[in-house]
Amino acid sequence: MAEERKFGWGPRKDNVLIGKSIQRIDGFEKVSGKAQYTADINTPGTLYAKLLTCTHAHAKLKKLDVEPAKKIPGVRAVYIFPAGDLKAEGAGEIFWDGTLIAAVAADRPEIAEDGVKAIIAEYEVLDHIVDEEDLKAAEAKGATKAVGKNAKGKVEDALKTAKHVHKGYYGVHTISHMCLEPHGTHCEWKADEVLDIHASTQNVSGLAGQFAGPLGIDAAKVLVTANFEGGGFGSKFAADEWGIAAAKMAKETGKPVKLMLDRATELKAAGTRPSGYIDVTLGADETGKIVAWDSHHWGSGGISGGSIPVGGIPYVFDFENRSRTATQLNCNVGPTRAWRAPPHPQLCILTHCAIDDLAMKMGKDSYDVFLTNLEQTAGTAAHLPETYKAEMEIAAKLIGWKEKWHPHGKDAGKGAVKRGLGMALHTWGGGAGGCACNVKIHADGSVESFVGSQDIGTGTRTVIAITLAETFGLPLTAIKVNLGSNQYPASAASGGSITVGGVSGAHRRAAQTALWKIFDLVAAKYKVDAGTLAAKEGSIVSGDKKVCTWKQASMLLGPMGLETKGEGPAEDGLTSSRVGGVQMADVSVDSETGIVRINKYVAVQDCGLIIDELTAKSQIYGAVIMGIAYALSEERVMDKKTGRYINADLQNYKLPRIGDIGEIVVNIYQPDSEYSRGVIGLGEPPVISPGAAISNAVANALGVRVPVVPLTPQRVLAALSKSKGGAA
Amino acid sequence: MAKKRIVSTTINGTQKDFLCEPRQTLLEVLRDSLDMTGTKEGCSNGNCGACTVHLDGRPVVSCLVLAVEADGATVETIEGVACNGQLHPLQDSFLNNAALQCGICTPGFIMQAKSLLAENPNPSEHDIRFYLAGNLCRCTGYDKIVRAVQDAAGKMSGCCSEAKV
Ligand code: FES
Ligand code: FES
Repeated sequence: MAEERKFGWGPRKDNVLIGKSIQRIDGFEKVSGKAQYTADINTPGTLYAKLLTCTHAHAKLKKLDVEPAKKIPGVRAVYIFPAGDLKAEGAGEIFWDGTLIAAVAADRPEIAEDGVKAIIAEYEVLDHIVDEEDLKAAEAKGATKAVGKNAKGKVEDALKTAKHVHKGYYGVHTISHMCLEPHGTHCEWKADEVLDIHASTQNVSGLAGQFAGPLGIDAAKVLVTANFEGGGFGSKFAADEWGIAAAKMAKETGKPVKLMLDRATELKAAGTRPSGYIDVTLGADETGKIVAWDSHHWGSGGISGGSIPVGGIPYVFDFENRSRTATQLNCNVGPTRAWRAPPHPQLCILTHCAIDDLAMKMGKDSYDVFLTNLEQTAGTAAHLPETYKAEMEIAAKLIGWKEKWHPHGKDAGKGAVKRGLGMALHTWGGGAGGCACNVKIHADGSVESFVGSQDIGTGTRTVIAITLAETFGLPLTAIKVNLGSNQYPASAASGGSITVGGVSGAHRRAAQTALWKIFDLVAAKYKVDAGTLAAKEGSIVSGDKKVCTWKQASMLLGPMGLETKGEGPAEDGLTSSRVGGVQMADVSVDSETGIVRINKYVAVQDCGLIIDELTAKSQIYGAVIMGIAYALSEERVMDKKTGRYINADLQNYKLPRIGDIGEIVVNIYQPDSEYSRGVIGLGEPPVISPGAAISNAVANALGVRVPVVPLTPQRVLAALSKSKGGAA
Repeated sequence: MAKKRIVSTTINGTQKDFLCEPRQTLLEVLRDSLDMTGTKEGCSNGNCGACTVHLDGRPVVSCLVLAVEADGATVETIEGVACNGQLHPLQDSFLNNAALQCGICTPGFIMQAKSLLAENPNPSEHDIRFYLAGNLCRCTGYDKIVRAVQDAAGKMSGCCSEAKV
């Protein structure tokens, strides 16, 4: 009797590849320089496009003359963006530094630059507001908008009767998207009006329609390819106006056009993570249980909204008596785009720094206060108290919390350098995204997969290959993965940690479906019970007995082989969602220079069933480094006077370098109970906690809160000075 | 427009002559004219290291080198690092240590690290972090890059690459 055939992962102990540490399968191309990214596409005759942007925060465009650019030999096309189109109705008002005005396509990049310089643009400069932190000033200018308020319980009463009450102010400044490969496309029109696009995108299957609409063509005539990508952290989902510009200039000139954003424009125009600031009062009973929370947070996502919504505060926890209000500032700054785990990193800072300060006020160990309140995750998406508890224990051991922790500001050391520990918790969904794939088994036994997903550096190709190889009992080298094209079955955009679940679930379904078909054929041919068959080490086996080789089995499929379709997500246990995660930081702070150094950073993360431990760990390491960046140095700096983004280059947009990072310890929490949950995405969660964990460690070291992240030396010194009664 | 110049170089062991404008960078010529796109561009102003190549054995950020400066010089790029189809130990160890994710910074790191190992075959962790400080990576934990370089250092002897400048 054949066992009931159900989709599912095999027993953990039987896995040959799943859960092991496996090198990414596209690594050879990457280390040898053979991997072709969008900027590497140089089809014959390719023109290079450069951009003119407005550098005023708020202005009226009075005149735009592109004729001088057109006269330069080698300039082939000039495109005017909607913001520069003075003929359009209501046009001409510019709201932020970096707004695209015109693009020039030329034979060589430097000729395009000459063209940009030759364009005459005249502006009337208008009043602006770029200070996202100063709520009062924004209110005075009428640049605020209430975005929500809600409350439950009796906050005032609870605060009155609370044993400990803390009132605090916290914040996190805006950062820009900063993938090393900027946004951009290479557009080429082919025969029959087909538009062939190479794009640096997280959304291969979703771009065609976005190009087709503005260009007035059918989506079926748009080919999108993205074989390799230099990173994408949530900003690369759209065709974008620069993509449309490239396609239109390619059409106009009859030549391919490549338009990659220059670094300054990338930082200014390609999306930011919005700022957040909070005034909060919270109270706890004598055990440290938080009994009341009352907050007002604000921030800016640019001129047209996108600030942190009212929900989500307090983060991870919710308290019986809780009131929260949110306000949006409409500032003259570049617009926001989803940035890795939006807006959890900000929520985590705004909440967990306040909880840590409450612990400081109570004279309690922060660890104990977080632990005491784990039950207060009830009713939230983060109700994983057992997971958090286990992860806190692991993290504490790895960082030496018990041995090293001291009450806030009580480092026994006499010198200027103070050491401290801090922690934070996070949560994320990470459910599988939509995915369709075709898995083809050729008659010679070779296996191919086709899927309209993308590998943005996360290891999508490798995860697919492992899933198929494990299911078919084949080596990884037997699998060819084809992705990065909208000519393959559609798959969701890679954002929100949904890709690994999406592609692994769909491929497992396709592969199991194919395997069952093969088992039936083998059973008929070799007179064995199909229900006893398994695919192992290149063979089909029945118990301990080898029935035939994989190749022999594949030949039974006939000359056309077999193609099966996989889809997802489905409620079949292959994937699920919802993770926790605990991080702890050990820092040293020089109280004379304000410099913060990470001594050790521990990240403990659950994420269900791990397909490839090596790439999973890489995700966590990378996320922690991004976290250290926005915790210590990374921020968009707007000049209040001119309204300009003054650090839009990689010298002044401060990111940590290889010498700025201390020891990072990554631990994946994966007991069997996690394995049985199925695959859950991992890209977002580990980037959430670093801001709060590091800020809390600095507060523990100094006994003084540096309220706003990033904790630059200047802010550390200002907070120390303020604590001693000096000016902040 | 200024007159084009003829530049004679040896790139990855092969004599290469090319025409370029005086203001073109070596990075542009490599990528756009010679179609050697293994060398990447991250910032065009010397701040990310993605465009690192060796010029007469020294690591340079090719976005800050004019192509005409390469006249008479030897240039080594990522495309020349593997020898006889065999990955260089550094390339191997970047792979084995998962020292890359999206990979766009990787050619620059490998070129810079190769130069470090040629100068100092047994670098300390501090030496590695110091020497690679000009290279930016946005995805990978830098830690893994340090491990990869340490790992490669032990395996460098016997490689036929011209790393030993
Ligand atoms: S492109 Fe040359 S250093 Fe960034
Ligand atoms: S691996 Fe993506 S920038 Fe380094």
